[in-house]
Amino acid sequence: MLVFILKRLLVAIPVLLILIVGTFILMYTAPGSPFATDRGIPPAVLANLEAQYGLDQPFAVQIWRYIVGIVTEFDFGPSFIYRDQDVNDLIGQGFPVTLTYGFWSFVVAVIVGGALGILAAVKHNTWLDYLAVGISIGAQVLPNFVLAPILVLVFTLWLGWLPGGGWQGGQIEYIILPVIALSTSFMASIARISRASMLEVLTSNFIRTARAKGLPMRRVIFRHALKPALLPVISYLGPAFVGMITGSVVIDIYFSTGGIGQFFVASALNRDYGVMMGITVLLGTLTILFNLLVDILYAWIDPKIRY
Amino acid sequence: MFATKAAADNLAAAQPVKGRSLWADARARFLRNKAAVAGLIVLFLVTLFALLGPLIAPWNNEDIDWNVLGNVAEAGRPSLETGHWFGTDALGRDLFARTVQGTQISLMVGIVGALISVIVGTLYGAVAGYFGGRADAVMMRAVDVLMSIPYMFVLILLLVVFGRSMLMLFIGIGLVSWLDMARIARGQTLSLRSKEYVEAAIATGVKPFTIILRHIVPNLLGVVIVYATLLVPSMIIYESFISFLGLGVQEPLTSWGALINDGAAEMNNGTYWMLGFPLFFFVITLFGFFFVGDGLRDALDPKDR
Repeated sequence: MLVFILKRLLVAIPVLLILIVGTFILMYTAPGSPFATDRGIPPAVLANLEAQYGLDQPFAVQIWRYIVGIVTEFDFGPSFIYRDQDVNDLIGQGFPVTLTYGFWSFVVAVIVGGALGILAAVKHNTWLDYLAVGISIGAQVLPNFVLAPILVLVFTLWLGWLPGGGWQGGQIEYIILPVIALSTSFMASIARISRASMLEVLTSNFIRTARAKGLPMRRVIFRHALKPALLPVISYLGPAFVGMITGSVVIDIYFSTGGIGQFFVASALNRDYGVMMGITVLLGTLTILFNLLVDILYAWIDPKIRY
Repeated sequence: MFATKAAADNLAAAQPVKGRSLWADARARFLRNKAAVAGLIVLFLVTLFALLGPLIAPWNNEDIDWNVLGNVAEAGRPSLETGHWFGTDALGRDLFARTVQGTQISLMVGIVGALISVIVGTLYGAVAGYFGGRADAVMMRAVDVLMSIPYMFVLILLLVVFGRSMLMLFIGIGLVSWLDMARIARGQTLSLRSKEYVEAAIATGVKPFTIILRHIVPNLLGVVIVYATLLVPSMIIYESFISFLGLGVQEPLTSWGALINDGAAEMNNGTYWMLGFPLFFFVITLFGFFFVGDGLRDALDPKDR
C-alpha cells in the first residue's frame, strides 16, 4: 500500500509542475504589462515597477523563483493590482469560506445522492424510484448559476426564510442556500450513478447466493452489495470535486460569500495576473491531491486492484 | 412438379427481402422512444425560434424603447400591445429580440464547441488506440493529466490573456472538452483495431492514417454521435457559465447565460419575466438535447441491444 501511494505521489509531482509551468507561460506571454494603465505610465516608472516585482528578469529566472517560492515558503507571489496585498492574504481570507460551504456541499451531495440512488435501486420501479430519477433528470438542466437565482427568488424574495447572500462568519442560515445551489447537480449525478451500479450489483450472482442462503435483504445490501455498488461513485468523486471548485465561483459571485472564486473573477476582470495564477495553481494542486486521495480510496476498496 | 415450379416462380418474382441496416434499426428504436421524439420536436421548435425570430420581432435587439425606460417594471411588462412580447430588459431593450439573439449564440456555441471537441477528441483517441503501446500510454496519460486540472479556470485565464472574443471562447471551450471524447474513441478503437477488415487493409499496405480515417473513424460514428448530442448541452452550460460571470459573450451580443445573469440581477424589482423567458428556453433546450442524446444512446449503443 505504501509503495502504491508513493508511486502515485511521484506521478502527481510532474503533473503539478506542468500545471505551474503552463500557467506561468500563459501569464508570461500575456500581452501588455500588468501595470499599464489607460493614462499611460512613464517608461522609467514602469521599469522600476517591473524590477521591483522581478519581471525584468529572464523567463527562466522568473519561473524558477516562482516555483521555489511556492515549494519552500508556500508563497504564491504578489498581487499586481493591490500593492499592499499578496495572493496569500487573499487566499487566507477567501479559502476558509470556500472550504466551509464546499465541504458541506460535498457531504450533502455524497450522502443524499448516494442514499437516494441506493434506495431507488432497492425499491426499483416504485414511486420512490421514479421520484429519484425525476429529481436527477430535473437537476441536469439546472446548473448552479440557474438554480441560485431560483432559490433566492423562492426562499428569499417570496418566502423570506433565508438571506439571499452574505456570509456573516458562516452562520448556518447563510450557508444553506449556497450549499443547496452548489450540491444539487452533483447530488443528482451521484444518485444516478449509484442507482445504476446498485441495480447492476443486485442482479449479480453473489447477491443471489447471499439471498439464497437466507440472509435478510437489509444485511445483503449493507454487507454485500454496498461496497461494489459504491465503486463507480468513488471514481466520480474526482470530477465532482473539480465541478464543485468551478461552481464555487458562481456561488461566491451570486451569494457574495467572499470565497476564493470572488477574488478569481475580480482578478480576471482586473487582469491581475498574479492573483489569477496563484489561485489557479492552488486549486489545481488541491484537485490533483484530491484525485490522489480518490485513487487510494478506490484501490483500498476495490478487491480487484492489487498494488 | 408444377407446384414446385409455381413456388419457384413466386420466389423469383418476389421482391428480395429488404435487409434492415444498422441505421434503419436504430431509427426505428429511436422513434419508439417518446421522450426522445418529444426532445427532437422541442429542439426543432427552438431552432425555428432562433432562425425565424428576427423576421417576426417588431423590435430590434439593440434599440432602446425610450417610452419604457425609467419605468421598466410597469411599462416594460410583456404585452402584445407594445410589441414587447417578452417584455423589455432593464435598459428598455426588447427581450424577445434579445432572447432570439441569445438563443442563436448559445446554440451556435454549443454546436461549434461540440464539433471542435468531437473532431479533436475522435482523431486523438483513434490515433492513440490504433497505434497502441507506448504512444497510447503517453497520449492517454496526457489526457489524464489534463483531466485533473480545473479546466474552467484555465479557460478563464485564456479568455483574459488573449482577450474576450467569440473565437477565443470557441477555441477555449473546444480545447478543454475533447478529453472525454478522446477516451471514448480510444476505447472503441482498441476493439476495432483487431477486426479482419483492418488487418486486410494493413496487409494490402494501406497507410496507418488512411486506415484510421477510412476504416476506424466511420465505425466510431455511432458512439461519436451519441456523445456529441450529449456534449452540446454541456457546451451550452459552459458558455452560459462564463457569460454569467461576465467573461463570455460581450454586449451588444448576448447569450442565455448573460440574459439569465441580467434577469437574476433585476429580480429584486419584481421583473420576473427578465429571468423567466431566457431561463425557459435554456431549460427546454437542455431537456431536448438530453432526451435526444439518451434516445440515441439507447438506439445506437450496442451494449443495450
